[in-house]
Amino acid sequence: MSLISAESVDLTYGRQVVLHDVRLAIEPGEIVTVVGPNGSGKTSLVKALIGAVQPTRGRVVQAQGLRIGYVPQRLHIDATLPMSVARFLSLPRRVPAAEMRAALASAGADGLEDRTLSDLSGGQMQRVLLARALIGKPQILILDEPTTGLDQPGAAAFYRRIEALRDETGCAVLMVSHDLHVVMSASDRVICLNGHICCEGHPETVASAPEYRALFGTGTHGALALYRHDHAHGHHHDHADAAPAAAAGGG
Amino acid sequence: MLDDFLVRAALAGIGVALAAGPLGAFVVWRRLAYFGDATAHASILGVALALALSLPLSAGVLAVCLAMALAISGLAERKLGPDAILGVLAYSALAFGLVAVSLLPGPRIDPGVFLFGDILAVTRTDLAIIWGGGAAVLALIAWRWPALLTMTVSPELARAAGFDPRREGLVLTLAMALVVAVAIKVVGALLIIALLIIPAAAARPLSRSPEAMAVGAAAVGVVATGLGILMSLRLDTPTGPSIVCAAAVIFALTHLTGALRRT
Repeated sequence: MSLISAESVDLTYGRQVVLHDVRLAIEPGEIVTVVGPNGSGKTSLVKALIGAVQPTRGRVVQAQGLRIGYVPQRLHIDATLPMSVARFLSLPRRVPAAEMRAALASAGADGLEDRTLSDLSGGQMQRVLLARALIGKPQILILDEPTTGLDQPGAAAFYRRIEALRDETGCAVLMVSHDLHVVMSASDRVICLNGHICCEGHPETVASAPEYRALFGTGTHGALALYRHDHAHGHHHDHADAAPAAAAGGG
Repeated sequence: MLDDFLVRAALAGIGVALAAGPLGAFVVWRRLAYFGDATAHASILGVALALALSLPLSAGVLAVCLAMALAISGLAERKLGPDAILGVLAYSALAFGLVAVSLLPGPRIDPGVFLFGDILAVTRTDLAIIWGGGAAVLALIAWRWPALLTMTVSPELARAAGFDPRREGLVLTLAMALVVAVAIKVVGALLIIALLIIPAAAARPLSRSPEAMAVGAAAVGVVATGLGILMSLRLDTPTGPSIVCAAAVIFALTHLTGALRRT
């Protein structure tokens, strides 16, 4: 039984077709990564899968009583809001201290309980968000570009931690990512998205698929070339990516 | 005891401050100052409506403030920033309200009463409305507290926890309209937002949790009300502005001590 599946999902915002005929299923314990250029509908797909937006056509099926741990793309905490990490983890429902400590330890955020959220570094914030997602022992972790704002070693360490978590707890992982080179090695399955699913499969299969190369560069130097391509356009990517996310938030 | 106008004034000010404190914390956290301003300025239009239809003042103000707040929430203009839209709406509502008040038949009404409040003229009925409305605001915020706080941190996390961010936004809108409606007699349309923002902002350096900040804001508001009324008595100054001045001094003090403690 799949944890979550999308059955011929179409999603449109006004006249703009964001997703077309997306079919996928996440099985227990696997790490699936969705890659795709900006505006390819990655974030919209995640929103549809967690039920934050309704598909225009088709449907999303979640296993009965599925426990989802969701890690948002980023979280800006206004400095006007005095909130400790512990209080944040207990929002909206109180979490026992022992469970909180265990989640923080699993996420590599030990000892951050009493820190103020707005004072955390990007990496610390990311680990706190992961800890929050781990509370309630999720069957699937869903992460939307979890390493935005982290440097390369930080991102690599984060993905290793995700992999270790999967091995420890057996939860499935669905990630949306820009860090092609790192994410490929950490995934069981890669889905290449550009409005529709262009290609999918084992990381190496996808990396050599012509559809994938058409999207992420035509170089024949494998991951390194992809990395360079991504890096050179880093700023532009970030900028363009804000638009669909904002549109999705409004809809 | 309620026969004394000073006691009534103090009770009215305290009632408003208690409700405005926790709501003001959300205004600060969610950067709703302009939104609140626009809502409050629209209240003059509500005054005109109430006078024209011989309705209770607070009913007219509440209706127009709610309509204004809902109109703002519904407006999504792409070619103008939210601050520009709010500015257009706030001052249009204020100007139309002032013109409407002047067009009313009968003796000329001094709009200053509604712009700056007249806390010393508070009646027993006003007190009942202030405390009733204030209690409703506090009950609403207390009831929705976990949802409102989660939504303030992140609408996505709120949705994941099963809350509807849009509905919680409406809760705040309703609370805002209620506070404006009960506070207009106390500090007037122009200074209501000061009573929301300044106490919450003053409580920030002393607070280590959202709850502490909400309670602290209410406490600062109550102290400022007391000091403002005393100052108004001693110096014969207008009471509403005196309350805001007292709150501003407390703000300066808490931020100064906060800055000193950090060094």
